[in-house]
Amino acid sequence: GSGGFRKRKHDNFPHSQRREEKENVNPSSALMTSFKSFQLELDTRHDKYERLVKLSRDITIESKRTIFLLHRFTSAPNGEEILNESEVKLDAVRRKIKQVAQELVGEDMYQFHRAISPGLQEYVEAVSFQYFIKTRCLISVEEINKQLIFTAEDREETTNMTSHDKQSHTWSLKVTPVDYLLGVADLTGELMRLCISSVGNGDIDTPFELSQFLRQIYDGFTFIGNTGPYEVSKKLYTLKQSLAKVENACYTLKVRGSEIPKHMLADVFSTKAELIDQEEGL
Amino acid sequence: MSVSDMFIALQGVLTADQDVREEIRKVVQALEQTAREILTLLQGVHQGAGFQDIPKKCQKAREHFGTVRTQMESLKTKFPADQYYRFHEHWRFVLQRLVFLAAFAVYLESETLVTREAVAEILGIEADRERGFHLDIEDYLSGVLTLASELARLAVNSVTAGDYSRPLRISTFINELDSGFRLLNLKNDSLRKRYDGLKYDVKKIEEVVYDLSIRGLNKEATVGTGGEK
Repeated sequence: GSGGFRKRKHDNFPHSQRREEKENVNPSSALMTSFKSFQLELDTRHDKYERLVKLSRDITIESKRTIFLLHRFTSAPNGEEILNESEVKLDAVRRKIKQVAQELVGEDMYQFHRAISPGLQEYVEAVSFQYFIKTRCLISVEEINKQLIFTAEDREETTNMTSHDKQSHTWSLKVTPVDYLLGVADLTGELMRLCISSVGNGDIDTPFELSQFLRQIYDGFTFIGNTGPYEVSKKLYTLKQSLAKVENACYTLKVRGSEIPKHMLADVFSTKAELIDQEEGL
Repeated sequence: MSVSDMFIALQGVLTADQDVREEIRKVVQALEQTAREILTLLQGVHQGAGFQDIPKKCQKAREHFGTVRTQMESLKTKFPADQYYRFHEHWRFVLQRLVFLAAFAVYLESETLVTREAVAEILGIEADRERGFHLDIEDYLSGVLTLASELARLAVNSVTAGDYSRPLRISTFINELDSGFRLLNLKNDSLRKRYDGLKYDVKKIEEVVYDLSIRGLNKEATVGTGGEK
């Protein structure tokens, strides 16, 4: 068979001759020199990419923790304290983003966009969630980008940068419109959770505010429709589900609120919420 | 700013983005057409009669690269210069194909590997990112890997056409290329997948050389070329 044939071939092919042929390649030829420079270039690029992925993961984790913290806001009596704490956490996240911005100095941001995109989306989610809790409004992409302009604050950094001109003392990173949209779409999921838990706490006004706010965002997303990239239209489906849950919650509050004493509403609602969760599992 | 205003603004941005992509796609289609024409032209070398007029074919291909340069010129005007990687995916494939074609033409002419700078010049673009529309290193390397498989094919066909010396020269060339690629630490991406195919091209050419050498045809070839010179 062909296997035997191949085997015989290899036996006939002296290994020493093969090796000799390989060694014939002159290590200082023009081709080898240029490939050595390619090696350097590719390694530099990959290293930078890995560093950015790591930063992005850190940003994601810290942002998620901030969101968890903010969910405690409604239930805790010390709301102000939690807001301050979330601000501290977000500052830490922004310091990481500053490092990202520093890595990207002189680079095409889109070349490394895939590495940092998940982190930025999570940051948008966290920062817009905090903004909503504070102001009951949607933060704009310009507002977010305004907070992502950094100046050298530490003395250490400034001394390191002395060789450069004054301009290099500031770094900035712009969240792309698509990252912003995806972050806001994730925000709606958090708002839905906030809605359900606030009913659990006997808060009757927040769900109605939330349903109105979510409806505005949903309208906005349907307005964009399929002009956006694929990921955006994918999120639209989950967004619709979140909206439905919030709307159903408001409906229950309205219907049952007129007949049940307020202090018992929480119990009625929690059974309803379980029902929704079960439906979702199907 | 109200929520709906924000979304109207974002929609505007996205639509503008789509228009840019549409423009780019048109130019890329034209580039693909030119690339196909060059490929058809250079494919001629695989036929028996094609071996005689390689210089003429290369000459013609060079003329077509003039068209490529004007098309590249128009591609550059379709998007902001600092957003190369934002739209990179649109022209990545055709650029790799063009690198291969340029490398193939240069190989046929001089039997050397085209440098990145030289390809950039043939295509009318820059080799350096700082200076505008450039040739990404990974695209260059991908194009070179395509050249390797084309040369493996050429080695087989040149034996059929009775040219016994060419496979030996191709073998040396591919071996050097292989050692070059061995220097690179590739990530697990598309380039790495392409590189994994290189060993089969190397093996194919080694087999051709082996077939020639056990029949003593390689000696005849070296004597033949020696006589010519």
